[in-house]
Amino acid sequence: MSPRAAWRLESIGFTRVYDYVAGKADWGSFGLPLEGTKGARAGEYVRADVPTCRLDERLQEIRRRVTAAGWDTCIVVNESRVVLGRLGRKALASEEDVAVEAVMTAGPSTVRPSITLAAIVERMQSQKLTGALVTRSDGRLVGVLRRTDAEAALNAASFDPPLSSTGREGQ
Amino acid sequence: MPTPIDRDDVQRLVAEGAQLVEVLPHEEFEEEHLPGSVNIPLKTLDAETTRRLERERPVIVYCHDYQ
Repeated sequence: MSPRAAWRLESIGFTRVYDYVAGKADWGSFGLPLEGTKGARAGEYVRADVPTCRLDERLQEIRRRVTAAGWDTCIVVNESRVVLGRLGRKALASEEDVAVEAVMTAGPSTVRPSITLAAIVERMQSQKLTGALVTRSDGRLVGVLRRTDAEAALNAASFDPPLSSTGREGQ
Repeated sequence: MPTPIDRDDVQRLVAEGAQLVEVLPHEEFEEEHLPGSVNIPLKTLDAETTRRLERERPVIVYCHDYQ
């Protein structure tokens, strides 16, 4: 649609016309702000301090680090922070001292920061998930959305409806 | 000829004063839109509806995705 609009603008006489062809889906999937009535989005409540590790690190060291940070999961990323896997409670509880790659869950499911809180809460509840892994559309880690955080935010929003259509600006 | 751009270009051009125009229908614009954008649906795009845009400043159009 936007290419036709761009050409139409030129036909009207505009000379400096640009076409952002990937549009607002691309914008939101990179965690950039959107305004409107659609409601709060996952990206606003993500915990970016979730522990991360590399494929070749040893499980024993990771377990110590994750426990000290108060988490029960660790996200396996590469040097560009692209998500490769996840260590859950079971893997972290293992007494083995092997490389992360040997025990991680590869290719975990992810969501974009632009998914609405209502949609992701519904998904986590129906699938009995305690959290959702949030990445940008290029696979880079944004963080983890905890279900308790998302449910609390959704409940708070239902008691405090937005006064305008400009989303959560200023919060 | 209109120039295709990516999100980095959008941020740079907006910082330089470009105007953002969403060309989706009004209801979709109300649901979510880029900050600072105005809504001129494609079906209504003409000399009259674009009168509020400044011709000397760049204009960036967008919709939902590659549709």
